[in-house]
Amino acid sequence: MKRWGVLVGALLLAACSKQSAPLYLPEGENYPQTLSEWGMLKLGGGHLQPVAEVTPYDLNTPLFTDYAHKMRTVWMPAGEAANYGEEHFDFPVGTVLSKTFYYPRDEKGQLRLNSQDDRDANTGLALDRVHLVETRILLKQKSGWVALPYVWDEKQQEAHLELAGDSQSLSLLDDQGKALAVNYEVPDANQCAGCHEESHGQGINPLGPKARHLNKDLVYSEGSANQLQHWQQKGLLKGLPAELAGVPQNALWGHPRPGESLEMQARSYLDANCAHCHNPKGPARTSGLMLNLATATGIHSGLCKQPVAAGKGSGDRLVDIHPGKPDESVLIYRVESTDPSVMMPELGRSAVHHEGVDVLTRWIASLDGGC
Amino acid sequence: MRIATLSVLAVSVLLAACGEPEKPAVTHVDFQKELQAKLIKAKAGDVIEIPAGTYQLDRSLSLKASGVTIKGAGMDKTVLSFKGQKSGAEGLLVDASDFTIEDLAFEDTKGDSLKVVGGKNIIIRRVRTEWTNGPATENGAYGIYPVQTENVLIDGALAIGASDAGIYVGQSRNVVVRNSRAEKNVAGIEIENTIGADVYDNVATGNTGGILVFNMPNLQQAGRATRVYHNQVQGNNLGNFGHKGTPVASVPAGSGVVINSNDQVEIFDNDIGEHKTANLIVSSYFSTGYTNLSTAEGFDPYPESIYIYGNRFGPGGDSPDNLELKALRISQYGLSGRLPDILWDGYVNVDKLKDGKLPADLAICVDNGSAGMINVDAPNGYKNISTDMSSHKCSLPKLPAIELASAKAGQGA
Repeated sequence: MKRWGVLVGALLLAACSKQSAPLYLPEGENYPQTLSEWGMLKLGGGHLQPVAEVTPYDLNTPLFTDYAHKMRTVWMPAGEAANYGEEHFDFPVGTVLSKTFYYPRDEKGQLRLNSQDDRDANTGLALDRVHLVETRILLKQKSGWVALPYVWDEKQQEAHLELAGDSQSLSLLDDQGKALAVNYEVPDANQCAGCHEESHGQGINPLGPKARHLNKDLVYSEGSANQLQHWQQKGLLKGLPAELAGVPQNALWGHPRPGESLEMQARSYLDANCAHCHNPKGPARTSGLMLNLATATGIHSGLCKQPVAAGKGSGDRLVDIHPGKPDESVLIYRVESTDPSVMMPELGRSAVHHEGVDVLTRWIASLDGGC
Repeated sequence: MRIATLSVLAVSVLLAACGEPEKPAVTHVDFQKELQAKLIKAKAGDVIEIPAGTYQLDRSLSLKASGVTIKGAGMDKTVLSFKGQKSGAEGLLVDASDFTIEDLAFEDTKGDSLKVVGGKNIIIRRVRTEWTNGPATENGAYGIYPVQTENVLIDGALAIGASDAGIYVGQSRNVVVRNSRAEKNVAGIEIENTIGADVYDNVATGNTGGILVFNMPNLQQAGRATRVYHNQVQGNNLGNFGHKGTPVASVPAGSGVVINSNDQVEIFDNDIGEHKTANLIVSSYFSTGYTNLSTAEGFDPYPESIYIYGNRFGPGGDSPDNLELKALRISQYGLSGRLPDILWDGYVNVDKLKDGKLPADLAICVDNGSAGMINVDAPNGYKNISTDMSSHKCSLPKLPAIELASAKAGQGA
């Protein structure tokens, strides 16, 4: 498969909305400078949507990124499939994941803060009602995964590769008419790896498309289906257990399913927002605080644990999680902060995720015992 | 070897050289992007040179490629200033091996200045990290901060004003810290959970605590085998401005050298003086205000195999920064008296006692002329205070010197 090397090609493509297969780039560092060259997303008719060969997906409890909405897609070379694994999938070389970060926009052009689902299963995103910020590409090559951040231009016609990242000052209006100032940071390629290298020395990996995050229903143009079963039917996934009951499932954020306890909601949130670093092999292993699901709730997950190198991040609080006392827990202090040297996660937000803080606070308040 | 010198810099350098009056910090966006892009694209063997000049940055830099050297024109000439930093928890974050950084400065980072995680063969030479407003709680935590690294040389560095430790080596192996200076930090130089460190020919002055050798619980590696020798540790009496909850928050102002919960530590041939609490403190994690609930199984909170000899102690112990110690000084030594040079909190692992004594190889040994040690008996509420040195008149096998190729190569340079 040849690369659409010429810009003209991309323009023509966009202009006539002609479909083409996404870019297959199993090796080499000749990465496209523009997003359209990837052929993953189609911009036309006032909409941005995945091309026919590309599958959208969604997660149970996602990472918080300054209230940005996200449209995620996956593509694998024809005839190839990912191998199912309970912890992570083994994707074929050539796999391209895309994640487009955007904000909903009202008829006056004002960016909004809400949690509505803007995606139409048939037409994608309506460009007059969204503001596109960036699209991140994760590409699986023979040598491993590569992270590439593309930043949308002002005209919302194209996104350009920005290896060194970008930052944008935005104002979001919530439904009560209150404005939230956001200093949106597009990560640079190294910062991408800062989160995506879950295991030291193992290179970067996708964080979202894992069984426990994907195990939920999504509305496709053909109708609603469980995402894992849909992937299996489309030939994107091999080895899925016959019974979904045997597949892990994180809590559904904002709309917990029956039986999804407060603890499960909190641990799902920590899993998606913290555990990529805070796991025994991750970048935050040096802190001794492990927030991955495999670490049972106890001293290693922060209960009565003294911070190690938190510096001012301790907030003068003595332990990471003080059971029953969120106000005496370092963890709450850090998720409530927007000071870059205090806040957790360290990257990916400039605003406080109040709904996330609320779940964590209620969970810690519900824990018994003292320190 | 590929040498990449930043090109847009010429302009900023010229600007800086013109001696214009200082204006409010404006981020050098082009410089920042160009430098970060170079760090992203760097390959083994690359030398990234940053010419003299003061560069204003507002987000963290990061390096993930191994075998890269970052080089400035001198730690007073090439300055990366992060005043007004908007994002990132450090100035430069390095996750790579065979890394050398030399001859430049980091100023006013929001969080840590230079953090190196998980690499081997790290050289940090003539690097300055400073908070230019002086010591303050809102300063970043660490200046120079290698953690979970191996074969580390910190040579000729200068660390000023960190709200935790100026030079902090955590959970590492085979480390040399020498010819460096730490001042006005909470902890000057801190070696924590590290196996094999030589700390020599440094100056620690004006900090809360001069040189610390600590072990913290719940980490992947317990530390041991640190030698602290031939350092100048003088007048570390700065009020503790660290944050509660952090390991250094428990360090009393006026502490010269502090050993906490660490084993196999040798302190010798240092000049240690002018410390209001004590020139040398040997203590346990239990003295930091935490209980068993805060330690995972297997953690050893007792300082064992400690060997103190041949140091030159100056005045000290005349005004301890701790209520119990204040009372104790007056009751034991009178209003104008002073505590002995060495202060031990008295925690021992009773499970290891044989006939009421620690086995010889686990003892705290002092062979330091007339220098005395006081056991303040903290486990029993300061009841049985003792200055009896008889069980501490001993010696231990000396630790081997750290073998580090980069330290040898740099000798005499």
